[in-house]
Amino acid sequence: MPAASLAAVRSFVAAPQQPQPEQTIERPRAFAFQGVGKFFGDKVVLDGIDLDVPVGQFVAVIGKSGCGKSTLLRLLAGLDRPTAGSLTFGSEEEGHSRTRFMFQEPRLLPWASVVKNVEVGLTGIASGADARQRALAILGEVGLADRADEWPSVLSGGQKQRVALARALVGHPQILALDEPLGALDALTRIEMQQLLERIWLAQKFTAVLVTHDVAEAVALADRVVVISAGKIALDLDVPVARPRRRGSVELARLEGKILDRLFG
Amino acid sequence: MSFSTRLATPLATRLGRNGIGWLLPVLVIAGWEIASRAGLMPPNVLPAPSAVAEAFWRLTLSGELIRNIGVSTARALAGFAVGGSIGFALGLANGLSTLSRGLTDTTLQMIRNIPHLALIPLVILWFGIDEEAKLFLVALGVFFPIYVNTLLGIQSVDPQLVEMGRVYGMDRRALFFRVILPGALPAIFVGLRYALGIMWLTLIVAETISASSGLGYMAMQAREFLLIDVVVLSILIYALLGKLADSLARLLERLSLGWHPAFQNA
Repeated sequence: MPAASLAAVRSFVAAPQQPQPEQTIERPRAFAFQGVGKFFGDKVVLDGIDLDVPVGQFVAVIGKSGCGKSTLLRLLAGLDRPTAGSLTFGSEEEGHSRTRFMFQEPRLLPWASVVKNVEVGLTGIASGADARQRALAILGEVGLADRADEWPSVLSGGQKQRVALARALVGHPQILALDEPLGALDALTRIEMQQLLERIWLAQKFTAVLVTHDVAEAVALADRVVVISAGKIALDLDVPVARPRRRGSVELARLEGKILDRLFG
Repeated sequence: MSFSTRLATPLATRLGRNGIGWLLPVLVIAGWEIASRAGLMPPNVLPAPSAVAEAFWRLTLSGELIRNIGVSTARALAGFAVGGSIGFALGLANGLSTLSRGLTDTTLQMIRNIPHLALIPLVILWFGIDEEAKLFLVALGVFFPIYVNTLLGIQSVDPQLVEMGRVYGMDRRALFFRVILPGALPAIFVGLRYALGIMWLTLIVAETISASSGLGYMAMQAREFLLIDVVVLSILIYALLGKLADSLARLLERLSLGWHPAFQNA
């Protein structure tokens, strides 16, 4: 009880005008960072990160480049180990194996057809005709069913990233870690991809952690925005705006301004 | 590995495109025949193509030509199989393991700088003029292009793709067959084509110096008896065999590298 009341006090102090949505308290935990630190020699990349994320939440992590946000994601996906503190997952059998990672680059195998690339996401889960069936189904969801048997090299940048999204989602991950996956796309393709991502997230109910440097993208997509600065959490802000959200609305702009103030203030 | 390349180009166009490469050799032969018939080229310097064709027919009927081509091809392939597989295996080992590379690469790079044909006197002393001598020289000649390019191919595989494979739970076996080997394949093919050239070169040199059968031997015998048409015939057959080997390698390349933008010009 003391811990819970302390958390309540802290959330009150951090965001007095926005009470925690009650669902956050009820839902089980997807993962939690507890006092996590990551050092490379003398260089402190992350220090004392506490982050408790409930199942199904869409969290955006924002920060200037080099602030440690990508490292946070790599720890979550098990690509790196924390130097200090611990990382726990909601249920014991899950963990890194049910976490999927979407990279900044599509990272498709150029020698495998689009559908074979999606099947990579089913490694150790399904194979053969079953894998192809599932891969084709998810390709349909990202709108690329008709490109299944083509080589990745003939696709546009946005289409490649959609294949990468399909690959990440085909195994039905519990947690999807996204490392600025839309950063290299042009502005219009990017908005399209954001809408696609939101639609699939709403349908599949996974927990999403999106690292981005685009504040507008973060407030448009996320339930919660975490700002990281100099290896610490500088701001942990809920985005209590109903979906579908209208890009450029006053509410989102107000939150965006608040985050930018924190980043540059 | 997917072999589903879209061979959509019509056959006639493909024949036309390949056929144009044969236009020049045919013209050269025709010009040569005319020059010989006109007496511009004495037969003891260069016999007419028709004389070479006659020699071809004579040697085919006697079975000598087929036998010698057979002997030479068997030697070439045996040497290629031995040298190529050792080169490929070492290239893989050194590409995948830093320990193996640290242990052997320096030595191999030193040996690579010795022209393998310079070893002929030594090889004759070791093996005489038996089959082992030719096998050894061909294997040694083929080894290096395959080794160097396999190693290079594996080292140039995109580390981001390897990381992706790991994140998606590929075990070492899957990682090798689905990411590393296909990524190294374009470089391995460069090595293969280069090795095929070296294979014929080495074999012919070895056969002209020390052999009792094979195409090189046939040419040297013909020189002894001043059968210049047979000498020219042997040279032409080298050219054809070399072209055949290269075409086979290119076909394999096209079938297995259909994903590569360089092979999608159709």
